[in-house]
Parts: sequence; structure tokens; C-alpha cells
Amino acid sequence: MPGPKIGVYVCHCGSNIADKVDMDALRDFAGELPDVVVSRDYKYMCSDPGQDLIKADIKEYGLERVVVASCSPRMHEPTFKRACEVGGLNPYLMEMANIREQCSWVTVDRGGATRKAKALVRSAVNKARLLEPLEDKSVPVDPKTLIVGGGIAGIEAALKIAEAGYKVYLVEREPSIGGQMAKLDKTFPTLDCAACILTPKMVSAAQNPNITLLTYAEVEDVSGYVGNFEVTIRKRARGVDEKLCNGCGTCQEKCPIKVPNEFEEGMGLRKAIYTPFPQAVPNKPVIDRENCTYYKTGKCRVCERVCPPQAVRFDQEDEIIKERFGAIIVSTGYQPFDPSVGKQWGFGRYDNVITGLQFERLSNASGPTGGKVLLKDGTEPKAVAILHCVGSRDKNYNEYCSRICCMTSVKFAHLVREKTGAKVYDLYMDMRTFGKQYEEFYNRVVAERDIYFIRGKGAEIMEDPVSGGLLVRVEDTLLGVFREIPVDMVVLNVAMCPRPDAQEVAQKFGIQRSADGFFLEYHLKLEPMKTANEGVFIAGTCQAPKDIPDTVGQGAGAAAEALKVVLLGKVTVTPTTAEIRETLCSGCRMCIPLCPYTAISFNEAKGVAVVNEALCKGCGTCAASCPSGALRVRHFDNRQLLSQIEGVCAE
Amino acid sequence: MPESKKKLKLALYWAASCGGCEVAVLDLDEKILTVAELADIVLWPVALDFKYKDVEALADGSVDVCLFNGAIRNSEQLEIAELLRRKSKVMVAFGACACYGGIPALANQFDRESIFARVYGTTPSTVNPGRVLPQTKLPTPQGELHLPTFYNAVYKLDDVVDVDYYIPGCPPPPDLIWTAVEAIVSGKLPPKGATIAGERALCHSCLRKKEEKKVTAFRRVHEVIPDPEKCLLEQGIICSGPVTRDGCGTRCLNANMPCRGCFGPTPEALEHGASMLSAAATMAEGKDEATLAPILDGIVDPLGTFYRFTLADSLLRIRNKALVAGAEEKEGEEAAS
Repeated sequence: MPGPKIGVYVCHCGSNIADKVDMDALRDFAGELPDVVVSRDYKYMCSDPGQDLIKADIKEYGLERVVVASCSPRMHEPTFKRACEVGGLNPYLMEMANIREQCSWVTVDRGGATRKAKALVRSAVNKARLLEPLEDKSVPVDPKTLIVGGGIAGIEAALKIAEAGYKVYLVEREPSIGGQMAKLDKTFPTLDCAACILTPKMVSAAQNPNITLLTYAEVEDVSGYVGNFEVTIRKRARGVDEKLCNGCGTCQEKCPIKVPNEFEEGMGLRKAIYTPFPQAVPNKPVIDRENCTYYKTGKCRVCERVCPPQAVRFDQEDEIIKERFGAIIVSTGYQPFDPSVGKQWGFGRYDNVITGLQFERLSNASGPTGGKVLLKDGTEPKAVAILHCVGSRDKNYNEYCSRICCMTSVKFAHLVREKTGAKVYDLYMDMRTFGKQYEEFYNRVVAERDIYFIRGKGAEIMEDPVSGGLLVRVEDTLLGVFREIPVDMVVLNVAMCPRPDAQEVAQKFGIQRSADGFFLEYHLKLEPMKTANEGVFIAGTCQAPKDIPDTVGQGAGAAAEALKVVLLGKVTVTPTTAEIRETLCSGCRMCIPLCPYTAISFNEAKGVAVVNEALCKGCGTCAASCPSGALRVRHFDNRQLLSQIEGVCAE
Repeated sequence: MPESKKKLKLALYWAASCGGCEVAVLDLDEKILTVAELADIVLWPVALDFKYKDVEALADGSVDVCLFNGAIRNSEQLEIAELLRRKSKVMVAFGACACYGGIPALANQFDRESIFARVYGTTPSTVNPGRVLPQTKLPTPQGELHLPTFYNAVYKLDDVVDVDYYIPGCPPPPDLIWTAVEAIVSGKLPPKGATIAGERALCHSCLRKKEEKKVTAFRRVHEVIPDPEKCLLEQGIICSGPVTRDGCGTRCLNANMPCRGCFGPTPEALEHGASMLSAAATMAEGKDEATLAPILDGIVDPLGTFYRFTLADSLLRIRNKALVAGAEEKEGEEAAS
């Protein structure tokens, strides 16, 4: 019995493939393969004329299968599927051979590349022969969006979606939204006060009727799929009735317990019942049960007595909220690098070695010193060193550039000069002022008096045995000398790092991480907000270090992505899911606990496993584990995969 | 005699096997008499004194059915398999060894040389100071004697000849044999290539209670008395039920013993052993390599356990018939000369 008629289309990709693979040889080779009735090569198969070749051949030769040898399916599979569909062929009868990313781009050996391309094409032809026509399905979409993380990225995304008239749930782990930006003092390059530009957005988010704000809350569980994510959120007990509380602050004033304030980066104190900062949104305190005397001993209850509206609720319990969402935006932010892991910086050993965020708090008018830059002993510093690249651009810690530190350092230098008479030494490796008005800002600060820019990495900080102050060791690479600079304060501009629970969060939302630990975007350049999990988007510094303008841009971009999902009202679900052949399933239940999407259940009456195809992502875990072979993934079943292996191995 | 013309001609043969399949035929009990009424047996080395030359004398295709048990280990077995194939209308791979290689195929972990070295050299009971090894030719005063060549590997029957039907089992249970006999007699034969057994895995017939497949320790049957009501796998006993064809009547499970896999893989399972290996591995309840390793170390002899009957049927080795037969023949000649 003759096989289906197959057409093979070999793409030069300009010179991307043609430079390494002999196009004529590959085309002729493909033409000789069994069942191949036409094989062609073309400079750009993805171009309109390239696609037209396929469409025309489907009609002329009555093609029943199409094989395109070109780039990765991630690049152009949709293009060629569409071309087939327009040409009158079921799009799932098209198979791609990746002879670019997996062949021409990864070798300098032209002969070897041609051989490999032939093997890949033979493999694709083998699989194509066994392909089956499949139909896309569409499911309705819940119009709500969940945003996880209420920093500036999450707030921006929430506002954009809400202003477009769609519902948003904004979930924040801390008692207030605002994120890291709320801690900052002035922002580069304009020296706006961070709170002045952020708090209006925070207030808008709280007041917008389309936004449901859930602070002091965490997402516990996510299941489902694009358009229909089932999410469980735990809203932790504040110990305060939010409806009654008027935010007067009496409770915080009277609470007798003082603990280090996380918001002040450990420098100031807060009470056991507290709002993290004066402009907190919502301006409703929470009780820190670990430190509250009542929860430890059953006594105290001072806050309850003094509260004018009687809003304190010691017996309040966590609230579990279950909601369905069409799209999810993850904007969980970053964690500052902990410089205490490197002894050379003396962080934690010397009182006046502080991190950038600690400096922000010192300089902030609502911070622990009321905006004065002071040493630990309360005196004004006379010389301040600012170190760039602490924990970044350093193979021992993080290879990446943290992007914001150069500009932050320049800003710090300016603020030190503005607030004190101290000399400033700015120790930089390279000065990277890439953003709009950044270079101008740098030039302005360079011109200020008593700021010394030294090109070199601050290598070590130690105590000055003579003065008792600090000494910063640096190789001044412009002068070519080693220097020891006496200072009394050192600011470490630490790297932005992935949050410590990034892996857990990634698993929860079905997203991946790149080698640096940040969340992985679908395409570094062209799909920065999308993830491999359809309907889950990322924004802000959880994706990579970035400054405020870029974070806001991504927030808005992610909002556009989410709106695209909810506005359409329905999503296409791929038919390349798992399928159980009931007549073969023995009901051993091996697959059920393995499914990462809880898509498999058990039908007791029939004694067989059942796949919910709307939940299934086609990952293949179940099919690989199915002992009897009753489970298969459509478009990737055992026969097809084996035929591909045979195609690669045969020669 | 017109009546005897209607009688079926039946051949039974044993190759590399233990003889259990022969006993299984006798296990038909009184029905064996019915078989004798319905069929004339033309070859049955274990029971009747026909010679190979008697079969050679028959016309090609004149034998209605050949029940062939045992795997192909040497050149004599190959020769008779080919002879019986020529003479028979229907060739049945009878029992696990003919279907999948069976227990003899576990020797495929080793080559001929190491098998000989072990068997004729280093086993504790061997006394062989002259290091005498099996030969294919032996000169004697009466002339040269020829003996079969021991192959480098064990093959299942369909590696060497075309097979029409498969009856699996170690040995095949009498009811399946009877089903096959009835099908042959009535002429209601299934499509060529069919396996006379269930389509699903054995778990389908197993009445034990199945809950969650999570195992913190694997145990061997002699180490524990299993709960007869509960899934054996869930009790940490390697049971090949999920990967093995149904149809045996859950004989082992009824005796509170795990399935050993003698019915071979289900029709859609690619690899019997690897499928079970993967199933066992997914059940191990551990977080990382450090916690998983001690659990999986509890599986003693994984290859022999998971591939107990099907190593010759595995993708782990080349199954190309032409390659197999050709290479072995050539090798045999070289070894002999």
C-alpha cells in the first residue's frame, strides 16, 4: 500500500542554514525518500512566496503531508500550520525538521551539518507519514485576571486592566502593596521622591472598583489552564477587622512590643501591631503573632482596649478564597543580594557597611533617621565609599549585570553630597548609564564637588588600625595603582537576585526559570512577558533585574497580554493532549499521581483512568509512564517517536 | 480413508525450553483425547517417535498447525523451525520462550564465549581440566559427526520464521490452549499476528484493592507475607501486572504471588521491561536522588526482574531477522572451522 503523498520544503533561511548545509544535496535527498512526491528549496520558506509554494503544491500534487526543514517549531510552526490550513490541508499534518538551531547554528562542519540535516529530514518524513489530522478546540474564558505581587509592576498591570474595565485580583504577601519601590528615597534620573510618584498609584489601585486588593495574602494553589485557572488564595488573619479599622494608628502607638522593622531593612523598630510604613495601602495594621505578647502569654490586649472603633480581633482566622481567573500575571519581584556571604565586604562585621536599600532608608524622610545620612553612632560621615557590582558581574556570585546599580550609585553620591559634607568615592567597574536621561544625570553628578569616581572594583573592606574607621582596598585601573581609601561609611550596591522561594513559585504557576534563577520568558527579545505556561505572564524584576521605567513598561505590557486573553472570551486549546484508549487501560492508576496538572481521574464504574483534555498540557509524563501503553499523547505517540528515532539512526 | 482426510495434521516441537509447555498440553486432561480424535500428530518429540526425516517427507504446507515452544538457541532449533514453517499452514509461537525469548533469553546478557567459560569452566560443580568446549564437528572412525552450533544469542521464534499466532504464558494455561484448539478446528481464526490472550494489562482482572501507587521500600516475596486484599505493588512487591497481558486467569495473584510477566507486554507497550522499570521508578516516594536511591536499590536484579521473559523481545538488541540469522550462520561456520 503506498504511503501518503509528502512534500518536503527546505529553507535556506538566507544564509543561516545555507552557509552550513548543502541545500541542493538536501533537497535531492529528500526527493528520493519514500512517499515524497515533491521537494523544493527556497531562500525564505516563511515569506509569502515561500508559503505560496506549499499552498500551490498541496493542490497540484494532492499533498497529504508537508515537511518543512527550517528553524525551530517555536519560531515558525504557527506560520506553516496556517499555510497548510489555507492550502486545504489539516495543519496537524505538517511536521518540521529543525535544521537551524539544532543543526547549522551549532557547527562549523559543513559536511557534518549536511549529513545531520539529512537525518533530521528523514526523521521528519518518517513521522509525517504517521501523522493524524487533529482539530483545535476552544473553551470560554473567565474575564478576571490574577496579579501576584503588588510592587510597581503588579500595581501598574492592575491599574491598566482595571481602567480597561476588567476585574483584577491583586494579591500581595506583605501587609501593604508598594513593594521595594516604596522603600526608595529619590529615584534616578529625575530625583523624584519614590513615594510621591508611587503612592498615588497605590491609592488608585485601592480605590478602583475593578481591583480586589488582597494584602497579607498568598496564592496557595493553582490548577486549570489558560482562561480557566482555579486559584486558592490564603488571606492571612490580620487580627484586625479591616472594615472597622480607620487606620488611626493608636494601637501601634500603645503596643509595648518593639521588634526590628523589615521595611527599614532592620535599622528601625516597629511594634507587634503595625503598618509597615506611614503611606501603607491599605492603611490597616496587622498583628505579628510571633512577637505579640497576647499570642505568647494570653495577656496584654492593650491594642484591643485602646482601639477607638474596636476593630482588633485576636481570634480572626485565615480566610481561604477560591476564585477562577482567565489570566495570571506573576510580578513577585526580587531579593537583594546578601553581602554577608562574602567576608571581603565586612557586611555584618562593621557597623557602617550598609546595603543600598539601607542607604535608601537612611536618606528617606520617613526612615529611621528622618532622612539624615548618619553613621551608626549618630554622627555625620566624613567620607563615604560606594561600591558597584556587589554580587553581580562576578562569577563567584552572579554573572549577570544587575543593571540599576550604576545609576543608583550615582544617585547615592549626589544624595550624600546634598545631605552631608562627606567626600564620596564611587568605585565602579564600568559606568553603564543606558537609559533615557541617565548619561545626562551622570554628567551632572560628575561635575559636583568632592565626588571621586574611581575605576576599579572595591575588593576588600577592613578596619583602619590607626583611625578605627574603614579602609577600602581597590585597584585603580586608570592610574594602575592599588589604593587604600580611608572612609567611615561604605554603601554596597548589591545585586538584584531571584527571590528565595522562586522555585516554589515557578512550580505553582507552571513557569520555568533561566540559568540565573529568574523566571524564564517565552522569548528573550520578542516575548518578554509570556511564559511557557499559556495564560501566565511575568512582569518586573521577577524576570530579570530592571529599573523602574522598564518595570512599569513590563507591567503595562503584561496587562496587554492578560487583556488579550480575557477580551477574546475564548481560548484555543491544543488537541495535542493525552488520550486514554479505554479498551487498553487496565486501571492500574499509575498515571494519576504523576500528572502535574491533575488532569487524570479514575472512573470507578468503567475501571479506567480518564483524562480531562482541557486541563491536559500534553507534557507526556503519563504516556511515558503508562505501563500498558493505553495512554498516548496525540501528535507525539510511540509509533511516531520511534519512526523519528529510526529516521535519525538509519543511514 | 475419507474420515482421516478431514482430520487435522498437527506438529508439536520444543526448542530451547524447559518442557513445561509440553506438560501444559497434557494438562488439557481428558480433552487431550478430543485433540487426538480431531488431529493426527505428525511430530511430537517429547511423546511420539517421529523423526525429522518423516517431516521432511511431507509436502510443503501439508501440516495444518504447528505448536512451537521454546526459543532459538542453536542451529538445530533454527533448522527445525524453518522446516516446520515450510511444512505448516499455521505456525503458532507457543509459550513465553517462543513468543518473547523467555527465561533462556536472560542469557542474552552474555555472549557465547562468556557462557561457555562459565558453564564449562568456573561453575563450582565443573571439573574440566582439559577445558573441553562444545564443538560442531567431531571426527570419529565412522566419519565426521556434526553437532548444532550454539548461537551467540537467544532468539524468539518470529526473529527467525514467520509466525501466525502467539499463545503466551509460562506455560500457557489449558483454557487458552483449548480456545486456540477450538479456533483452529472450527476454522474461526483471528487475524494473522494475533496473540491469544487479553488486550489489556493484567491489573484489569486483578481484584485486589488499588489505592495510591507510592512505595517507600521495595521488598521481595520471601521477605514479607503480603496482604491478599491489597495491590502487591502498593505493598512494595514488584508485580508486573501493569505491563503484562491479561488472560492467564491471575494464577500467581490467586496464590498471593506477584505477576512475573510471562504473558509478555500489552499490545501497545513498546518495551515490557522498560515499561515496568519506569512504572517502578515512578512509584518510589522520594524527593531527590539521595532519597530515591536507597528505595530503588531495594530492587534486586532489575534486568532479570523486569525482563524475566522478554529480553529477546527488547529494543535493547537488534531484532532484524535477516541480520540475526545471517550473522549467526556465518559466525557458526567460522567458529567451526
